[in-house]
Amino acid sequence: MSEAYSRDPASDLSRQELLDEVTAVDDRDAANTEPVTGSAALSPREGHLRVRNLSLWYGDNQALREVDLAIARNRVTSFIGPSGCGKTTLLRCFNRLTDLVPDVRMQGDVELEGKSIMGPEVDVSQLRRDVGMVFQKPNPFPKSIYENVAYGLRVQGIHKRRQLDETVEWALKAAALWDEVKDRLDHSGLSLSGGQQQRLVIARAIAVQPQIILLDEPCSSLDPISTLKVEELIQQLREQYTIIVVTHNMQQAARVSDYTAFMYMGEVIEVGDTDELFTNPQKKATEDYITGRYG
Amino acid sequence: MSTVRQWFAGGTPWIWLQAAAVSLSLLLVIGLLGLIAARGLAHFWPGPVEEWVVINDRGEQQVVFGQLHRTESVDAQRLREAGVQIDTDISMVQRYLLKIGNRDLTGQDFIWVLDQQVVERTRPANVLVVEREQWGMFYGRLTGLREDGSLVSLGMEPWTLLQERLDRVNRLRDRIDELEGQEINSVNYRLEKLDLRAKSLEGKPGAKRALEKLASEREVLEAEFNAAAGELEVLFRQIGRDSMLMRTADGQETEIPMEVVLDAWRPNQMGLTRAIGHYGHKLWSFLSEPPREANTEGGVLPALFGTVLMVVLMSIFVTPLGVVAAVYLSEYASQGWFTRFMRISVNNLAGVPSIVYGVFGLGFFIYFVGGGIDKLFFSEALPTPTFGTGGLFWASLTLALLTLPVVIVSTEEGLSRIPRAIREGSLALGATRWETLWRTILPMASPGIMTGVILAVARAAGEVAPLMLVGVVKLAPALPLDGDFPFLHLDRKFMHLGFHIYDVGFQSPNVEAARPLVYATALLLVAITLLLNLTAISIRNRLREQYRDLEAQ
Repeated sequence: MSEAYSRDPASDLSRQELLDEVTAVDDRDAANTEPVTGSAALSPREGHLRVRNLSLWYGDNQALREVDLAIARNRVTSFIGPSGCGKTTLLRCFNRLTDLVPDVRMQGDVELEGKSIMGPEVDVSQLRRDVGMVFQKPNPFPKSIYENVAYGLRVQGIHKRRQLDETVEWALKAAALWDEVKDRLDHSGLSLSGGQQQRLVIARAIAVQPQIILLDEPCSSLDPISTLKVEELIQQLREQYTIIVVTHNMQQAARVSDYTAFMYMGEVIEVGDTDELFTNPQKKATEDYITGRYG
Repeated sequence: MSTVRQWFAGGTPWIWLQAAAVSLSLLLVIGLLGLIAARGLAHFWPGPVEEWVVINDRGEQQVVFGQLHRTESVDAQRLREAGVQIDTDISMVQRYLLKIGNRDLTGQDFIWVLDQQVVERTRPANVLVVEREQWGMFYGRLTGLREDGSLVSLGMEPWTLLQERLDRVNRLRDRIDELEGQEINSVNYRLEKLDLRAKSLEGKPGAKRALEKLASEREVLEAEFNAAAGELEVLFRQIGRDSMLMRTADGQETEIPMEVVLDAWRPNQMGLTRAIGHYGHKLWSFLSEPPREANTEGGVLPALFGTVLMVVLMSIFVTPLGVVAAVYLSEYASQGWFTRFMRISVNNLAGVPSIVYGVFGLGFFIYFVGGGIDKLFFSEALPTPTFGTGGLFWASLTLALLTLPVVIVSTEEGLSRIPRAIREGSLALGATRWETLWRTILPMASPGIMTGVILAVARAAGEVAPLMLVGVVKLAPALPLDGDFPFLHLDRKFMHLGFHIYDVGFQSPNVEAARPLVYATALLLVAITLLLNLTAISIRNRLREQYRDLEAQ
């Protein structure tokens, strides 16, 4: 790893308001941020998830600008970029959590397995079961550990005790939490430590058997040891699932991901093999960001 | 100078002011409760009965048995002006209010006696206090007992014999109450239903068979009624057998039939334990018996029952309504000017005087909705209204409307405290908005909902004004809950502690005698409100405990 990775310039920017960032898009230096589009943006492997010319506005503020991207199957892809660059917004397009925001407008398309997920005819509940999500802060429900993991199944109407038991055990094992909680499944999910809680919500997401798992800064509220555990978990999960991680921490992106996309002001500036992107960035903006000379 | 300024700048005077305000509030609350408790609870204590020898206004010597009810100081000048002879060097005179009972003989329960009129006060041991169904208390000496008109002694002291006879009379009376209050009432109720059904079938073709069936059912019921009435007659004869002979303080002899005697005791001979036992017994009677003698005597059971039942029903009505409204306002409605307008309206509803709700309940619920229900479903009973008149259902509904704003506001507050991450977490697992709401949001908002219910209960339990318009009465013939289908009679009128206080305190023919009951009833109302509140609070705390880590997030 080069010297540049040792600093996380994003932390300096984290306080900036999203809206400031978005309005600033219009003043950007066009030469620096010429978007990479077309086949150059594609990951080498088959695209599990395909984003086509996606633009998104919150009211009058454009948060995504013609994003064109393919996400590789069974690989870890990370989105990096300064605060407010649109990486979380992009992530939320994949399971249509953006629907919750009033006044949101979109153009372009996102395809899962070659099928559009943006239309009104799409079964959003099914989509969200296929595309699971883990949030920035662990958000277990104020229910028992067992019920937290079983939640998605119960919502689907599965109430058979044996099926639930098996799935809960399997999901907790897959999330590397089983050994720590197997004796207290009836305790509140909130009684766990932060790192355990985050693995619990990962187990919760896995339990509904998604194809893709979205992780929105999954370690930003965790201590280093918990972070390590979650990162190890990501490595294991990648065998089964396509994983997309949004992170502020470039070291983390370098550690866990196969591909990395650098976003800036609503655009994907550069996408590529993680090692490649960090050691030999093609764009100046990328280089500036990863070397900490952003701005 | 500077130290005074420092003192002010340091905020010390404000702290003192705050402390003073808090102490004052606390003092007022304790004072209020203390006053009510002392006045109300003392009523049940078997206080001593004294023999008073007094010179009355006409200068004659008079002997009475009396309980000292109240003592007060009166300005002597005022009495002189009223024509009472008082020495000129006296400025204040003590005056006693004596409860002398024996209203059937003297025409009054209470007399005022000036201190200078009292010749002698003694406490004779054998004075008997008799609690009667009519005419209030009787004070006197027991001289004998009669059975079927002739004196009995069976070699026993009259007092010992009296207790035995009293037990017998009470057993008989219990059986009579049971027959009258439950069995005959129940038969009458069922007969009434039968007649209404027959009336609704009349004139319809092909109803002959049904009418015949009704007639045979009617015969069975009438036989049941006659059996009960026959037993009642026998019981009345048995209970009328005995009577007790009493002599008043001034030597007047009188006979009291045992059937009107509820209890008799000798307060001057009671030890402390006996007195405490008596006190507990009287307190229990107050809680467990219906009122007598235009509510000035007896208990408050129907009012107590009505209050609790109404508050419970009100909570059942208001909670779902308020929660649904709050969920719509904060979860589904788009947050525009209309929602804002709705919120302002809801908040303003909380400030509408309660009597206005009563008028609304009367006009809308009773006359409009109730009248409509009667026309549709109870037309056979018309012109006697069933739901077209005040009753438990309309009263509960009116109060539910009255307390709706507080439930909406606290539920909305509870909903807004739930972090967005929880909603998104649920949605991201494929739950719909409804499933998220039902499985996660509402359980987590339940402490907030309960806070609303607590406030609603506190307000509803003490409300009187609107109830007077929508179903509370001075005396309800039957409890709204009994053994006859459908068990809970929502159309019945009911009694309420708050209205009972007003009625006993201000509408009573015997204000002085009823006054302690007013205090006792007020204390009971406070206690009931507190109890209902505590129940709701403990439920809320349980829910809070369940979701306690939520606040930390």
